[in-house]
Amino acid sequence: MSVPAQSTKVLMIHEAGLHARPSVKFTKLAKRFGAAIEISAQEEGPWIDAKSIVKVMATRIPKGTMLHIRATGEDAGEAIAALSALVEQDFEDETVEGGA
Amino acid sequence: MIAPEHLRGMPASPGLADGPIFVLAEMFADERAAGTPEDERAALKGAIAEASTGIADLMGQSGEEGAAILEFQLAMLEDDALAEPAYEMIAAGASALAGWRAAMDAQITGFETADDDYFRARAADLADIRDRVTAILTGSAAQTVPPGSVVAGEDITPSRFLQTDWSRGGAIVLGDGSPSSHVAILARARGVPMVTGIGKADFASHRRALVDGGTGNVVLSPDGEAEARYRERCRIDAAQRHLAEAHLLKPAVLADGERVQVMVNIAAPEDVDAIDIASCDGVGLMRSEFLFHGETALPDEKAQYLAYRKVLEWASGKPVTIRTLDAGGDKPVQGLTVEEANPFLGLRGIRLSLTRPDVFKSQLRALARAAVYGDLKVMLPMVTVPEEIDEAARLLDGCLAELIGEGVPAKRPQLGIMIEVPAVAILPERFARAAFFSIGSNDLSQYVTAAARDSSAVARLNTAGDPAVLHLIAHVAGEAKRLGIPLSLCGDAGSDPVLLPALLSAGLRTLSVAPTALGRVKSAISQIRP
Repeated sequence: MSVPAQSTKVLMIHEAGLHARPSVKFTKLAKRFGAAIEISAQEEGPWIDAKSIVKVMATRIPKGTMLHIRATGEDAGEAIAALSALVEQDFEDETVEGGA
Repeated sequence: MIAPEHLRGMPASPGLADGPIFVLAEMFADERAAGTPEDERAALKGAIAEASTGIADLMGQSGEEGAAILEFQLAMLEDDALAEPAYEMIAAGASALAGWRAAMDAQITGFETADDDYFRARAADLADIRDRVTAILTGSAAQTVPPGSVVAGEDITPSRFLQTDWSRGGAIVLGDGSPSSHVAILARARGVPMVTGIGKADFASHRRALVDGGTGNVVLSPDGEAEARYRERCRIDAAQRHLAEAHLLKPAVLADGERVQVMVNIAAPEDVDAIDIASCDGVGLMRSEFLFHGETALPDEKAQYLAYRKVLEWASGKPVTIRTLDAGGDKPVQGLTVEEANPFLGLRGIRLSLTRPDVFKSQLRALARAAVYGDLKVMLPMVTVPEEIDEAARLLDGCLAELIGEGVPAKRPQLGIMIEVPAVAILPERFARAAFFSIGSNDLSQYVTAAARDSSAVARLNTAGDPAVLHLIAHVAGEAKRLGIPLSLCGDAGSDPVLLPALLSAGLRTLSVAPTALGRVKSAISQIRP
């Protein structure tokens, strides 16, 4: 019997969107949890694996996107809380990567 | 004893060399047959693991900024999703190298076409990852060319050339390649002898080679006779060099005493450090592409301004002609040029700059700011119709007004054009609004002869010595004189002793040549009575 997915949504406020360094942080954090975690830029999907930086980068989520996060598994609740906090805190006030 | 093997290729950069043969590994990599899918899968897996370790090591030695970029590269490499398409191709019979390159090229294209600058700039990181793994797969990662070697292979990349220490001599001998390639231009600028298009040769079974970059003759495992001939060539060469040195610091004059302006072509601001300004009449062509080959993004206005200013200050009042970005063709720039089936006939030079006013304007602003420091002329490459000059002039005037408004010191440089597209060479009077003309004989030759610069198979057709090319050069010279427009020539034809008499007879009195050719060209000019 499958465990119902838990989900939340959080506004991307990082200047560069879900870009290189934010993606590194996001996927590293996601990998700490046993739960299957997926993200999407729309409520109806498509959903992509939040633990794969290649897939997260390929989605190219810009600033101002409402990021949907859903997770299934034992620590799904904690995973969602931790990941949405990371986005809300703007990836710990990381400075924007310049173009140079 | 191994029997000597005599080879003949296209002379790409003059000079003589005698040294041990160093075979480039890429030559074998291209020919390496794919193993079983299991072998290839293991090879790619191993190369990715090795590349990850390499990046992790590098992170330890890099500053905070560098480490953060490498951390991203490492995370990408460690994600199995990256190589997944490559493994699928391998399962279907592709080699590890082919699968990896296809997978990465698809990724890179994805980033290059992103709407957002931040994402576009990441294409360079992906290319770095691709090249690091490729180097391990082909075994070229561990290759360091011993100084003084005769480097032999199918072809050589500009980055490999630049990584090699040429200070203790050496030469390049290529099975493929072309005298018009950018590596050949680099070799001529550095004075490294180079022969291209030698065909298939078993370099690996020989240990030593004699190279004559002026004639294209190469002898592998030379015997006593070949060695004696080589010594004689060295003697003649030394005598010519002596003559060239004697002329280096004197003004160039024809046999009848008429003055000829001989300027230099440079590719980077550091190039001027090795040139005595007294040995030339200024800079006839400064390429600006070097600034656009950084690993990450396009150069900003300040970096460009400082580079241009350095050259103008060095020139101490002598004219300096800087060409606006000539990307495209065989000179791709990450995040700027587009993939095309026919890049030499596509979006390159001024055509590309006008589609990217953001990039072009930062270059024009940098140029207008640097113009305060000397006699600057700005040259537009690949002009095909007069409207392109108008468009560039409008942008330049706009930049100037902006700078003045901001209170930044600036000056309007003269705006001239390269003559390299036949449409311009045939009817130069349509372009009389240009402040000057400069014949780019390399591209003009390739377009008139319809023989691409990067193809060794048609390299013999692509020559400025073709009567049709010389006819067009003479026509442009006549028209420029009639219109009162200053004319120069900045291609390789200007330093070719065989073509010099024809160019001077056509009426050219300003040439721009590689710095290493200055003395030789002046010495040759002194013998000519046009």
